Amino acid sequence: MGIIQLENVSKTFQTDGGVIEALKNVTLDIEAGDIYGIIGMSGAGKSTLVRCINHIEVPTEGKVIVQDKDLSKLTQKELRKQREHIGMIFQHFNLLMQKSVLDNVCFPLFIQGKSKSEAKKKAYELLDIVGLKDRAKAYPSQLSGGQKQRVAIARALASDPQILLCDEATSALDPQTTSSILELLKDINNRFGITIVVITHQMAVVREICNRVAIMKDGHVVESGNTIDIFNHPKSEVARELFSKDDGSDSQAQPAVADRIQNGTRVRIVYSENSAFEPVIANMILTFREPVNILKASTKNVGGVAKGEMILEFSKGSEHIEEMKAYMKDKGLELEEISDTEAGGGSHVD
Amino acid sequence: MWTEQVREMILNGILETLYMTVVSTVCGYIFGLPMGVLLCVSDKDGLKPNAVLYKILDIIANIVRSIPFLILLILLIPFTRFILGKSYGSTATIVPLTVAAIPFIARMVESSLKEVDSGVIEAATAMGAGNMRIIFKVLLVEARTSLITGATIAIGTILGYSAMAGAVGGGGLGDIAVRYGYYRYQTDIMIVTVILLIVIVQIFQSVGMLIANKLDRRR
Repeated sequence: MGIIQLENVSKTFQTDGGVIEALKNVTLDIEAGDIYGIIGMSGAGKSTLVRCINHIEVPTEGKVIVQDKDLSKLTQKELRKQREHIGMIFQHFNLLMQKSVLDNVCFPLFIQGKSKSEAKKKAYELLDIVGLKDRAKAYPSQLSGGQKQRVAIARALASDPQILLCDEATSALDPQTTSSILELLKDINNRFGITIVVITHQMAVVREICNRVAIMKDGHVVESGNTIDIFNHPKSEVARELFSKDDGSDSQAQPAVADRIQNGTRVRIVYSENSAFEPVIANMILTFREPVNILKASTKNVGGVAKGEMILEFSKGSEHIEEMKAYMKDKGLELEEISDTEAGGGSHVD
Repeated sequence: MWTEQVREMILNGILETLYMTVVSTVCGYIFGLPMGVLLCVSDKDGLKPNAVLYKILDIIANIVRSIPFLILLILLIPFTRFILGKSYGSTATIVPLTVAAIPFIARMVESSLKEVDSGVIEAATAMGAGNMRIIFKVLLVEARTSLITGATIAIGTILGYSAMAGAVGGGGLGDIAVRYGYYRYQTDIMIVTVILLIVIVQIFQSVGMLIANKLDRRR
């Protein structure tokens, strides 16, 4: 029995343009202590789904059972009480702009009826956890995106929730900040055993912190299970598509494989579609009878044109480096010599 | 012509104008603020949508706002007499001024509150905040700057209306302007009163904007 159970949850919206089915028969079981990823393209229904978990959106059909309580059976008052056990953070932070950082974190504590001094004490502790104790008196407008999200996390933790819902919490942040926020979430999960539900469209986020994942498309959960299993054997089309969008780099600037292999000269070659017809590299190896190490290869869309990028390394004892370079240039490949630091290449998250 | 008598009359006029404007604005907010909050909350994407309540308030606001103030002044004479026992003078003018101000203020409040980021309201809901708390601790707080700017506009408009009340013996600077400028052709006195009205509006406007900016934490 999981801490969060969704049973055949459906949600339809009546709009001027007709009926929209945001969720169709979604069944999920999230265990206590999980970091559970829900991933999908935009419009897949993941934001609606996460809002069903705290009944900000009431499902049209099906059951949402949180901590053994069927949310639809609760009174308004009981539901508000239950929401205090479910923290939530958002893509755009949603802080009170007219209130200081401290007052923002105190807000949920006041809802719980804590006294001013109690709330302040607790708020300072939480700000310490997220590393912003010294900015308590600042206003949100004076903080960076990452800092705002940290305040939002402190605020979400104020009511000692057992569950934390993250709705695209890192989507508005740059890669470095994303990684530090993910670290923080992981830490919170470890230290306090809080179950975290992460909504995202970034596979890198799921890969880095989620132990389990559900993949959504058009309001359906098409696949769910352990992240590693799905990563190794994606069964659905959507999963494969999402993995292909994930360029394999981590959000944090980890030294890429290319940097760890320290050897001879490296070149970066760029080719467009037409030159991909001829096996240039293979032919070159056959011609010069010298091995070349492919450190990285990818295809990128540059201004609407598919461009291939490859990083090659000539082995140390190679005698025909210059000739090989000339050969590749001759075959119409763009070529540049690169230093070690550049070779890491794509350390970014889209 | 600048006799002691005229100066005293003008000074009196300033005080009466301020009195009518300030009291009407305060009374206007006592009713208009809750009405604005209700309009915002009961609207279809509000905190507690209620189509019937919204429609009723909406119609009331539209009816009152579409009656020209001068006509409203006359229409409300029996009502004013019923409440205050007389229908002329600056105190009596407060009644129609307040009636005219309420829907105007309600609309200003409604639009200020609707500017509040729905995400912040959602966050408060997710934290377990009830509607009352959201109204008082989120909506009214986050909309503070906009509400003060609105109040500044409201006070300027009400001051303009109060001058109009001069036409029916309502007292204040407008009354003086009408009596001397219009009936007695004493243009100089009329010009002085008009300048004074402009100065008062300017002062209200500047002070209002200063307070609004001072309290805005978004920068």
